[in-house]
Amino acid sequence: MKKHSQLKISLVAVGVGFLFAFLVVIVAGRNPLNLLAAIIKSISGFNILRPNEPVTLVNTLNWLKYAVPITLTGLSVGFAYRTGLFNIGGEGQILVGGTAAAAVGLLVDLPPIIHPIVCLVAGALAGAVWGMVPGILKAYRKINEVVICIMMNYIGLYATSWFTRACLPIDPATNARTIDLKETAVLGKVFENVPSLFNWGFLVAIIGIVVFWFIMEKTTFGYSLRATGFNMEGARFAGMKVEKNVALSMMISGAFCGLAGAVLILGEFGYGRIQTSFDNFGFDGISVALVGGSNAIGILLSGLLFGLLKSASSNLQMMNIPKEVSELAQAVIIYLIAIQYVVILLLDKFHGKKDKKLISENTEKGDDQL
Amino acid sequence: MMELIYQMFPLALMMATPLILGALGGLFSERAGIVNIAIDGTMQVGAFLAMVCVLIFEANGWPYAKWVALLVAFIGGAIFISIHAIASIHFKADQTVSGTAVNVLAGGLTIYLCQIMYNGARSTDTISAAQGFAKFNIPFLSDIPVIGRLLFTNVYATTLLAFALIVVSWFVIYKTPFGLRLRSCGEYPQASASMGIDVVKMRWIAELISGGLSGLAGAVLVLTTATFYYSGTVHGLGFVAVATLIFGQWSPWGVLGAGVFFGFAQVLGLYSSSIPLLENLPSEFFSMFPYVITIVALVLFSGRSMAPKASGEIYDAGKR
Repeated sequence: MKKHSQLKISLVAVGVGFLFAFLVVIVAGRNPLNLLAAIIKSISGFNILRPNEPVTLVNTLNWLKYAVPITLTGLSVGFAYRTGLFNIGGEGQILVGGTAAAAVGLLVDLPPIIHPIVCLVAGALAGAVWGMVPGILKAYRKINEVVICIMMNYIGLYATSWFTRACLPIDPATNARTIDLKETAVLGKVFENVPSLFNWGFLVAIIGIVVFWFIMEKTTFGYSLRATGFNMEGARFAGMKVEKNVALSMMISGAFCGLAGAVLILGEFGYGRIQTSFDNFGFDGISVALVGGSNAIGILLSGLLFGLLKSASSNLQMMNIPKEVSELAQAVIIYLIAIQYVVILLLDKFHGKKDKKLISENTEKGDDQL
Repeated sequence: MMELIYQMFPLALMMATPLILGALGGLFSERAGIVNIAIDGTMQVGAFLAMVCVLIFEANGWPYAKWVALLVAFIGGAIFISIHAIASIHFKADQTVSGTAVNVLAGGLTIYLCQIMYNGARSTDTISAAQGFAKFNIPFLSDIPVIGRLLFTNVYATTLLAFALIVVSWFVIYKTPFGLRLRSCGEYPQASASMGIDVVKMRWIAELISGGLSGLAGAVLVLTTATFYYSGTVHGLGFVAVATLIFGQWSPWGVLGAGVFFGFAQVLGLYSSSIPLLENLPSEFFSMFPYVITIVALVLFSGRSMAPKASGEIYDAGKR
């Protein structure tokens, strides 16, 4: 079997995912041109169906706004994945991260610039604690992290809801959220005069990508994490502290999700939320990490891609296409990544004719050696 | 106080029913060696299909709508889970990733179809309440003092169906050659293959049963608690079903106990304000309870877990 790069598999998955989306739209009897138009409009603001419509920055900025949290959750899932762990606990980690950031933003007085940074640190720490539970149980009690992560998601959902109602000042008008954060804590909009909530939180995602890359590729710690993910017993035999790696990896992974939650609260909402269900940013992170091959640049690119799928939903609905079509595309993409064994086989078959000569030459050489 | 328990118990059984069915679905799958976190998605598909089926029957005035709906959800769930089964049995997929994909697909697909079929609404149309399952008292048995009021009053036919399926599952898994083979595939599939068991076939059967039961769980959920399907109908109950399976230590009777226990925890949350000792606890405490207790149970059992050994492993016939 020929070795195919992760990039190729991801591109095939994304391509088929989009094809599937078009197919679903056609089968449902809607105009596929609208789907294309919605995607192009979400990227550039230009409506190919109505060229006279004025082009604004709003669409592009909204796209980037959506890309920020899911790039961070993608980094989270990717970090754990490289260590051989599956962090499906992003939802809970986002919630506790966001709530911790909101608590610091509501209850603590600090000067501007320092205040949001302290809020972000609080969010990262809370996320790390939430990631630590499955990490430690996996490392020292050999309990499957997937199961604990799922449990921690729901514990996070109810714990943050209780904490927010019990300990934070609630907005009396709605009773469904806290009062606005102190102005010093809020992450401001980058472009004040464009009606998009794209905010300075994007710097967190960029720093996150650099930190991810540096830890994974440039440090001994990152090397030993990768070794643990590649072959746990081998890493142990080589003298690496496998248990500590597993626990720390889940903590760092949780911290990335905590940051995502904090950025959402500080930049987009500006108040603490009482949630009754998940926003699926954590689950999106799984797609982002898998398509991005769990490396820094890949996660950035696939974060942008999935950010687009999310930001396109309002344009899709406006153009009479159910926005769930983006979820369907996402499902197909994850599925193809899951069955990449078959994708590789098919790619091989596709390239088979080209390589046949090469293979037969190689076999002859092998025969000679015998 | 007793009156309160009489009120709560039937409600707890109603809440427990979809959990028990979903967990039983997971049980067949995991016992055969395939991790199934797609229960949640399959429940959504089952719930959606059941609603659509009842709506069609209602529009045409056909009888037995809800019973046919259960059957349709069972078959639909089995077909839907085949996506996961093909990936995990034939395509060497990471079963958690594939399960995640199936969950995302279910959420998207059902609501997408709602919008196509019901004029852009993000839910199905509403059925008349009479079409859903109603509670009834079992004659004679409900007259037994105490137990009659606890177990046989205000019950749903679906709860009885779930209990029956527990007994059937226990018998099939522990008392038949088929069950023994099924379990062996989840413990050491290479050894099963060496004894002439067709691992691929066994796992397919297990997955189809698993999907069917999960679909049934969704149908039961929607037909006992709601009159339409929308994206929040299942609201993560499939994951509580996974918790039920684990807390029940992968056995049918354990699933029954865990399911009733979790059902009771949910009902306690609804009633806590009227119970003297519990009135000051926030309702979130009760919602959180099943998940916390599952983690505690996993930690306590971690040394001697009953989890099938090969569950989640990619089957490689050549591996020793």
